[in-house]
Amino acid sequence: MLFGYSFGDLGSIMAMQGFAGLILFSVFVLMALGLAIIFGQMGVINMAHGEFMILGAYVTAMTSQFFAAFLPAAFSLYFFLAIVLAFIASGLLGMAVEWLLIRHLYRRPLDTLLATWGLSLILQQVYRSIFGAREVGVELPPWMMGSMQLSDSVEIPINGLIVMGLTALITTGVFILIYRARWGRQVRAVMQNRAMADAVGIDTERVDRLTFGLGCGIAGVAGAAFTMIGSTSPTAGQLYIVDTFLVVVFGGASSLIGTIASAFTISQTRSTLEFFLSGSMAQVIVLLTVVGILMLRPQGLFVLKVRR
Amino acid sequence: MRSSDQPPTSPVRRRLLQGMAAAPALGLLPRFASAAGEKPPTSAINTTGLAVTDDTVTVGILHSITGTMAISETGSVEAEKLAISQINATGGILGRQIKFVQEDGASDWPTFAEKAKKLLVNDKCAAVMGCWTSASRKAVLPVFEQYNGMLYYPTFYEGLEQSKNVIYTGQEATQQILAGLNWVTKEKGAKTFYLLGSDYIWPRTSNKIARKHIENFMKGTKVVGEDYFPLGNTQFNSVINKMKLVKPDVIYAIIVGGSNVAFYKQLKAAGVDLSKQTLMTISVTEDEILGIGGENIAGAYACMKYFQSLDNPNNKAFVPAFKKMWGEKSVIGDVTQAAYLGPWLWKLTAEKAGSFDVDKIAAASPGVEFKGAPEGYVRIHENHHLWSKTRVGRARTDGQYDVVYETAELMEPNPFPKGYQ
Repeated sequence: MLFGYSFGDLGSIMAMQGFAGLILFSVFVLMALGLAIIFGQMGVINMAHGEFMILGAYVTAMTSQFFAAFLPAAFSLYFFLAIVLAFIASGLLGMAVEWLLIRHLYRRPLDTLLATWGLSLILQQVYRSIFGAREVGVELPPWMMGSMQLSDSVEIPINGLIVMGLTALITTGVFILIYRARWGRQVRAVMQNRAMADAVGIDTERVDRLTFGLGCGIAGVAGAAFTMIGSTSPTAGQLYIVDTFLVVVFGGASSLIGTIASAFTISQTRSTLEFFLSGSMAQVIVLLTVVGILMLRPQGLFVLKVRR
Repeated sequence: MRSSDQPPTSPVRRRLLQGMAAAPALGLLPRFASAAGEKPPTSAINTTGLAVTDDTVTVGILHSITGTMAISETGSVEAEKLAISQINATGGILGRQIKFVQEDGASDWPTFAEKAKKLLVNDKCAAVMGCWTSASRKAVLPVFEQYNGMLYYPTFYEGLEQSKNVIYTGQEATQQILAGLNWVTKEKGAKTFYLLGSDYIWPRTSNKIARKHIENFMKGTKVVGEDYFPLGNTQFNSVINKMKLVKPDVIYAIIVGGSNVAFYKQLKAAGVDLSKQTLMTISVTEDEILGIGGENIAGAYACMKYFQSLDNPNNKAFVPAFKKMWGEKSVIGDVTQAAYLGPWLWKLTAEKAGSFDVDKIAAASPGVEFKGAPEGYVRIHENHHLWSKTRVGRARTDGQYDVVYETAELMEPNPFPKGYQ
């Protein structure tokens, strides 16, 4: 397949393939960042992460329908508002869930696994009852559809660029929040030594709630972004949850840099392999490699050194 | 007879009187044609312990109403309930009203098998309308054969199967695939094909049949790529780039379920213009377009036996009746229509056999015709599949199809085609 094509052709395809890899990377980072914050910083295994993403997607769908019906003039801009609304909606739901359910289970990781799995099933059925079992189509404004011509033969999908931009924005925001802001310092303090943080006067419960809310809010933004590239249905969250956990665990649960590094590795490997082999084989090889590496290094790629 | 001193004298008269004594027993024999009001007794039409009473007969409905397949199977459930309510309104079958027991397969194949067993053994359903994916059908087939039930299976599928316990009301692969490939080669002068599919039995088998047809039975055509993706895969950018490099005349896509939405959205986002790049699919009906969005798939061709936009008197009555029962916004795809055929074909077969017994239904099925089918006319073949026409439709932005080609003759179902395996 490599021979018989001109270098120009191959070059353009490699460029487009590079972008495809970057888009996949952005998708993984968006999905995994929220979970990494919750799993890594708080040690909570949130099996309902996919459902928080889909809540963001449904909020986007509703915003799109609202704008189409009442404010058609502003339809091209509804997406930005939808992202903010998705963040707020998922964040609020996350905080409510934390207050009702998670905070009673902090020292019991296996119980949170089961409880959040149950929550995931409940949320799926709630969506099914409110929005119907069928997929919801989300109409995109025309400027977001289609592709951008970078050169004669290189075309980049616009929604891919938007996802990449969004990811960059959110990642930078999260880093500034956690490593520069005062609140971020409190989060890190609670994560490293909860008892001591309590003793110096940090309201650990509030910090936990806000952290959980933040993680879920980011999931909501991811869901909003995915309406451009995927389907929105009550069970669509399940399509993403496995890959998300894969990325987070492979990167080292308590490290955000690890999440990004592992998202990059997995996405580029899969994207390249998919080009030369079939989709299923690529998935098999990627998973086998991840299993192999985790067997040799169970803590993941990057580990924060913490004094215990 | 009144007593008399004198016995009947002539032997003929004696014979006649003896014969007349037997006449009331004739009333117990089953009738072949049942008009409204005629009601054969239960003992005659049900000798195998099915759930048949003097007034009702029970059928099962077994589809996924939760899980990833719910999107596709909801339409089938609606169509079957519509058919059952219409049959009940015209007097039922053999004087009995149809009662149904609905079970949820939950998009999980072992659950399908378990619920099938429950419907046959506990509820003793006389027939079951059910299943959608081939995986679910393969899971329930041993149950139906072991407990001797009758399944009416509505989805177009890969063939390679024939069972006395199943009536396949959807097309099998040769009916659906071959006519479409012939048409696109002739109409568009297509020479190169890129085959895509979700990774399970139906797309793999269908693409195998398509490949054999392209390489051996058509002139000058060849397959330039073949790729499969796990069900639920959501990232197709790599294969879209591959196809841009290879530039096939026709993309032949058999992507199933939620992946469909991702695939067509990403195809459009990558700048692939379906009015210039021919794409033919056998897995996208009007139901899937609801999720994909008409604007993302307009211009693609689909090969089905039924489209909601078909213009014939049966369909002109069927579509409004469906919308009245299930909502104005309902769409009706090929599988939904095939599901609608199930209860009707069962009714006609039961009336022909004069019984609900599964063995008698299986024996009476070949030759049963349904002239009221929304797709026009169908007839059951000896191999338990249907004679039906094949059509090619072009997707519009409003989510409906324009029918661009229809086979002149009914296509014979051939689940074990020679040269294709």
